[in-house]
Amino acid sequence: MRRNQVAVVGAAETTELGVIPNMSQIQLHADAALNAIADAGLKLSDIDGFATAVETPQQMAHYLGITPTWVDGTSVGGCSFMLHVRHAAAAIEAGLCKTVLITHAESGKSMIGKQPRFTAPDSLNGQFEAPFGVYGPPSMFPIPVLRFMKTHGITHEQLAMVAIVQREWAAKNPRATMKDPITVADVLNSRMIAYPFRLLQCCLVTDGGGALILTSADRAKDFPNKPVYILGTGESVETPMVSQMKTFDSSRAFKVAGPLAFKEAGITHKDVDHLMIYDAFAHLPLYGLGDLGFMPHEETGKFIADGNTRPGGKLPLNTNGGGLSYMHSGMYGMYALQESVRQMRGIAPAQVPNAKISVCHGVGGMFAASGTIIFTNEK
Amino acid sequence: MAEPARAKPKPTPETQHFWDGTKAGELRLQRCDACANVYFPPRPFCPSCASRKVSVFKASGKGKLYSYVINHRPAAPGFTPPYAIAVVELDEGPRMMSNIIDCPQTPEALELDMPLEVAFEALDDKITLPLFRPAKG
Repeated sequence: MRRNQVAVVGAAETTELGVIPNMSQIQLHADAALNAIADAGLKLSDIDGFATAVETPQQMAHYLGITPTWVDGTSVGGCSFMLHVRHAAAAIEAGLCKTVLITHAESGKSMIGKQPRFTAPDSLNGQFEAPFGVYGPPSMFPIPVLRFMKTHGITHEQLAMVAIVQREWAAKNPRATMKDPITVADVLNSRMIAYPFRLLQCCLVTDGGGALILTSADRAKDFPNKPVYILGTGESVETPMVSQMKTFDSSRAFKVAGPLAFKEAGITHKDVDHLMIYDAFAHLPLYGLGDLGFMPHEETGKFIADGNTRPGGKLPLNTNGGGLSYMHSGMYGMYALQESVRQMRGIAPAQVPNAKISVCHGVGGMFAASGTIIFTNEK
Repeated sequence: MAEPARAKPKPTPETQHFWDGTKAGELRLQRCDACANVYFPPRPFCPSCASRKVSVFKASGKGKLYSYVINHRPAAPGFTPPYAIAVVELDEGPRMMSNIIDCPQTPEALELDMPLEVAFEALDDKITLPLFRPAKG
């Protein structure tokens, strides 16, 4: 894909985030979509391309009252929206549509109009993982982490520091769910969820949504907000079974998607001003820093514990507070994208001064899928 | 009302040999006749070279502890927390999820790379699960 040919011209989250007991999941989608439409100064009838995950494109297109000529229902977990951005950029470049709306929403806390997840007993997961007591992401996502720690010499204290540093960012963000400062002792004494991870190393469970609007770069200057260009993109999938990852000391899906996006963008790691790495659990930023090539995995724990990713650090990471402290409805990738767009527009609550390039890296399932989008505000 | 039971696998045509094996007290894996790749979970072709010429064989049942969590909450139906959910690296190469029995479910007792051996636990007259215990000697 060519650089900077497509731009984000509309971006918004749901009006409320956190606990939203008065809206069903599809209405959360609509709330985010209408906010993004208003942000872009468009009408719903201007939308001719549509992408969403979990909810089907037909469900949401009907509810919104739109008739798209291009749809994408890619649903690979929380990074689906990174893949949607990549696919939408290609579709716009190919002339299949002009103005794409991407929506995410999840009634993750209130569970209104949300279909329960079900593992069929004759699926591979149902036969070869479910019988051994996996039960929701906290029992599955951390399964590789003890091996990762042993291979790379990562300590429990370093993994606690991930949560602490992100809480520092969240404290600057009025919309963050958790803002009070925390210490290593707070993290390591919080309730055990799935050893080695405790409550403060696991993501929040909230309600909310977000939406993006993309169009071609040559039209982008006509919109009310500063365009944010798509500089590079990458995606991959590995396996729906965490036990069957090729190795536990890195993620193959990360190692494919991340470098692909860097190559397409034509940038080096030194060019990155701002970084988002989807943090459903505290180990993910360490995998991301290593697998995206910022540094060897061995150095990732120390890098974060030494404060390099905190406010004022040399590599600002998860500046909204992340899934650990900002919000996490279940498929957090959309909120990482929203924060990258805010940083590139220069309007983030914890704005990184003069940030010109933002890398936004997502995970889907338990290392099952990955998508990376690199944004810039300079064409 | 009966106690909630642990999730029970339902074999498919491609996996039936595996579940027939555990019922017979054997851990069965597959090996590619073309490239010698040993793989899991079961499928009637090699995921490395795509050959359909593959054979089922009885594995040694020996392996080592590759990684795990000790799950506290929420607990799956049929499990009493805290319980370890482990990934075992078999001597033949593939890894599989399982539980570790005859061993305290603690970080001190569950050492990465500790040698393990398979043990079979019947859920009913059709399904027997492959579990693992610390290897003797």
